[in-house]
This record gives sequence, C-alpha cells and structure tokens, in this order.
Amino acid sequence: MDLAAKTANKNNEVPGIEFKIEALDDQAVPASGQANAAKLVGNKEVLGAVGPLNSGVAQSMQGVFEKANLAQVSPANTNPALSQGDNWGKGDSKRVFKTYFRTCATDVVQGKFAAQYLYNDAKKKKVYVVDDKQTYGAGLAAIFSAEFERLGGKVVGTDHVTVKETDFSSTADKVKSSGADSVYYGGQYPEGGLLSDQIKKTGAKIPTMGGDGIYDPAFISASGEAKDGDFATSVGYPVEALPTAKQFIADYTAGGYKDPFAAYGGYSYDAGWAIIQAVKAVVAENDGKLPEDARAKVTEAMAKVSFDGVTGKVSFDEFGDTTNKQLTVYEVQKGAWKDVKSATFED
Amino acid sequence: MNELPQQLANGLALGALYGLIAIGYTMVYGIVQLINFAHGEIFMIGGFGALTTYLALPSGTSLMVVIPLMIIGGAIASVAVATAAERFAYRPLRGAPRLAPLITAIGLSIVLQQLVWGFYPDAKKPRSFPEFQGESFKIFDNLYLQRADAFTLVLAPLCMLALGMFVAKSRSGRAMQATAQDPDTAKLMGINTDRIIVMAFAIGAAFAAIAAVAYGLDKGQINFEMGFLLGLKAFTAAVLGGIGNIYGAMVGGVVLGLAEALSIAYIEEIPGMQQLGGGAWANVWAFVLLIVVLLVRPQGLLGERVADRA
Repeated sequence: MDLAAKTANKNNEVPGIEFKIEALDDQAVPASGQANAAKLVGNKEVLGAVGPLNSGVAQSMQGVFEKANLAQVSPANTNPALSQGDNWGKGDSKRVFKTYFRTCATDVVQGKFAAQYLYNDAKKKKVYVVDDKQTYGAGLAAIFSAEFERLGGKVVGTDHVTVKETDFSSTADKVKSSGADSVYYGGQYPEGGLLSDQIKKTGAKIPTMGGDGIYDPAFISASGEAKDGDFATSVGYPVEALPTAKQFIADYTAGGYKDPFAAYGGYSYDAGWAIIQAVKAVVAENDGKLPEDARAKVTEAMAKVSFDGVTGKVSFDEFGDTTNKQLTVYEVQKGAWKDVKSATFED
Repeated sequence: MNELPQQLANGLALGALYGLIAIGYTMVYGIVQLINFAHGEIFMIGGFGALTTYLALPSGTSLMVVIPLMIIGGAIASVAVATAAERFAYRPLRGAPRLAPLITAIGLSIVLQQLVWGFYPDAKKPRSFPEFQGESFKIFDNLYLQRADAFTLVLAPLCMLALGMFVAKSRSGRAMQATAQDPDTAKLMGINTDRIIVMAFAIGAAFAAIAAVAYGLDKGQINFEMGFLLGLKAFTAAVLGGIGNIYGAMVGGVVLGLAEALSIAYIEEIPGMQQLGGGAWANVWAFVLLIVVLLVRPQGLLGERVADRA
C-alpha cells in the first residue's frame, strides 16, 4: 500500500497531488476499527482508505465511512454479506454500503471453487461436511455443500464442532462409518488440523478440504500426523506466479520493507492503486484540481476504475466486489502447502 | 456397520482424561472447599513441562523411555506451579470469604495462560507433541483402539488405584481424610494441616500432568488455551461424580465422556431430533445430564450428603 503511494508520487501519476499514507492498526478488534474509521473521516485530507484485514472489523467501519462518503477498499475481507447484504444467501443481494469495495474474491466464490475442484479435479463424489458454527465457517460450508450437490456429488453427512474444543474422535468415527471419500471443513486451522488428524487416525484415508481459514502453516506443523493430500483454497494466485507481479516484487524488494508481502501484499497494492486511479479520474474531470466534494466524486469514480494491477485486472462490480475472481487450490505435499491449481472462477 | 463399540471406546478414553483432571478439583475441594479454577492451567503447564523435557532429551530416544521422563518433567512443572499458587495466592486468603479465593483462582488462570503465551517459545500457535507411531489396535471389525487411547485407559485406573490405596492406607492419606472431615480437630490431633493442603494441591497437579501427557500423545499438539475448556469439563465431571470423592471424579469423568460421545453419534438418529444432534449439541446434552443427576442426587453420583459446615 505504501509502495503504491510512492510509485504514484514518483511517476507523477496525478499531477499536483501528492499521496500520503496514514497507517492505523485495528488489532483485529472491531471497536478499534471503528475508532480508526472515525479518525480517518475526521481528517479532511483523506480521500480513501485501504483495509481492514478482518471481515468482523470491516462491519464496524462501513457505516462510518458511508456517512462520510469516504471510499474504502479492503484487500482481504471475504465475507459476502459485507457487500451484498445479509440476505445474499437467499438470492436477494443488494448493495449495503456504496463506499465499500474490495480487491479479493468472496467466500461465495471460494466455496463454489472448492466444490468444483473436489468434484471435477479430485474426483470425489461423497463428501462429509463439518463446520465450526461461526459466520465464516458455517457460511463457507453451506456454499460448498450447495455447489457440490448441484454438480452431482452427494453430501453424506454433516456435523459441527465447537471452537477451542480438541476432541473430535466421535465426529471422526461418524465420518468413517458414513463411507465418505472426502471431508470439507468450514472453519479455522486449529480445529481443522485436529479434525483432519483424528479422521486419519480412525483409519479413513480421505482428504480434508477447507477454505483460507485452514490455509496456514500451523494447520500442518501443529501435529505430527501426516496431512499430505489435504486441500485448501485461498483467494488470488500465489503472487510469485503472476506475470503482472514481477514489477511489484522487484519494487517491493527494492523498497526495503521489513515484512514479507505475504498473501495480501498484492491485493493491498491494488487496493491503494484503485484509489489513486479514482483520484486521478476525478482530478482530470475537474481541470487538474481536486473538487470541493472530492470524497463523493472519488467514491463515484471507484465504480469505473479499471486497470491492470499486480493481481490481474482490477475493477468492481455493482456490489463493489472485485470482478477478478482468481483462486488457488493448495495441497499438502511432503508437509508443506503447495499450489496445485490456480484458475479464474466461473459460475 | 455398528459403530457403538467404537463410540463407547471414544467416550471412555475421553472420560478417563476428564477423570484424571477432575481428581485435582475434587481433592482440593474436599479439603479446603475451594474450587481451584486455575487447575485447567495447571494441566496445561504440565503439558508444556512435558514438552520441554521431550525437547531436552536427545532425539531418537525410545518412547518407552521418553514417556516416563515426560510425565516426571511435566509433574515437576505442574506441582511447582500448583504449590506456589497455594502458598502465595490461596494461603493468605484462607480465612477470607469464599468468593475471594474463587476470584483469585480465576485471575490466576488468566495470568498463567498469558505467561505461557508470552514467554514459552512459539506457544502462540499450537506446539507439536510426540505421538505414538504405528497403526491403532484392531480389536474387532468395528472397534479400533488408538495407541494413545489405550495408554490413557491403562494408566488412569492404575493411577486411581494407587491414589485410593494412598488415601486409605498411608499415614498421610489418613491425615488427609481427617483434615477433610474436620480441619480444626485434625489440627488439635497434631496434624500439620498446611502440609496436608499443599499435598492435596501437589497430588492434583501430578495427576493433571499425567493427563496432559496422555492428551498430548493423543492429539499430537498442545496449546496455551487447552486447559480452559478441559478444566471446565473436568470440574463438571467432579461435580457429577460428587465433588470431594476421588472415585466420584473418575466415575463422573467417564459418564460425561460417554454422554458426549454417544450424543454426538446417536441423538441425530432419533426421528425429529436431527437438528439437535452432532458435535454442536454434545455439550448441551452433557449438561442436561448433569442437571438431571443433580436434581435426583444433589450430592452427585458417589457423593455423601454432608451437613453444611458453617
């Protein structure tokens, strides 16, 4: 994100405008996120915000930004309800906040993509679905199940686990006796790792698949039991694999940043760049100056932004979601996550 | 395939683990009427002590040698923390109203968790723990016993037996019973009640360390939060079995473990109950059982009805 601003300034992307970053930390706490949002809104010079990482935090920030007409672009929120409203699952999607945009694909896309991979590529026909009853996990599991059955697969059983519990042996034995040839887990890695382990210990040699919640090295490393063959989906392509990202990686390395760019680096860059492009459009329309109602204009311009970013083509649909639906399936091979299939999602 | 034997085995192994931890609650409660809510964390520290011992040993040592050493290492850590907690947190509050030590115990539980989280290397994510190698034992076509479960199922009754003998036969054990019945009279008879109380904490902590090793061997990982929920379940087991009674702790643990396993497996097969079954509702059914038992027998399964000591 910082890099996006620097690049814009260096290239004189918008003449007469210098981009500055003000970094605020929400510590993944919704209340802090809201305080940060209020702070940004109070600063008249702020034209756009990038973030946050967590969907729960985003919920607390959206309202504040909307009232102030301030565009917000998240690189990492995957909860569909943020852009499409609480009833998105019932086919009644409507845009909730006109100021909210994101550069990563949502759980809807991720769950469907996982179902397609498991059915078409991994050739699994009977899946057992387990979730952790949380917004993210249960939502993902429901989307996955619907798509898997639509494709012709069979959901042979469902169960739920409780977050922070560790003994899933009874659930594992139910999975085994159900005759399932695969398991889909909607939830995070601590429970996902234990579940996968305990299923394998019953003697059922079947893979567990999950979303980006289990795509974490700790899913594998926290337990000695081999997890080879388990799958996870995550948003985007591995940044290293993108031809469009070469310049970004070179610049990032040259910039001397301490932290690795990780999974969301490319999306953050594109989120920042989208705001810069919107500002550029607004300034161009107003004879090279920022108009009085710059915030409202920038938000309007966001909807029309379209450019080739680090992660591919960046533009937003009618809900503010990215039109770039790239996803990757990772498989555990020899004790490490390895990308096995990257593709653009198609309904 | 009939999965009943398998689910019974799962419940029994889980219950034996609850029972081992529940001993700590029941011993301390039996003697000082304190619900030591930090006991779940004592269990967790036993696990980290055992892991430290494992990491200190040369890799490749046989598990048969490593496990006893891990139990000893874990017990040293947990007993040290438990006796220190007794000396510095609970003893100064011995004469205070009941709520004061209870709140202290809850505070201590948070402190211990944060200390491990903050200072044990890489404890912010689950740490891997050694596991038994090899396949599980096949007993019948529909009953596989995992090595770690077998370990728990052998060890737990042996520990119970040893503890029962100790309390019934040894001098210290009888002093313990006397202190539990009437601390003032016991003191008059020349029993050093402070020493007995420390002993109760230490025995509970040692059992927690054994449970932690069994847990780690089974799950293949330990983490700084693992004591909270397990501690709560073990406390429930102690109440179910009759708090203050050591055999009650084990019986309560096994009943609770079986209730959880069977409710996960079978409630959803009852017509019309599909929504109320599975892992999501296991805790609900376990507590329904607890309430029903306490309605019928307020003193718990093996508890004795005692006049309230003012």
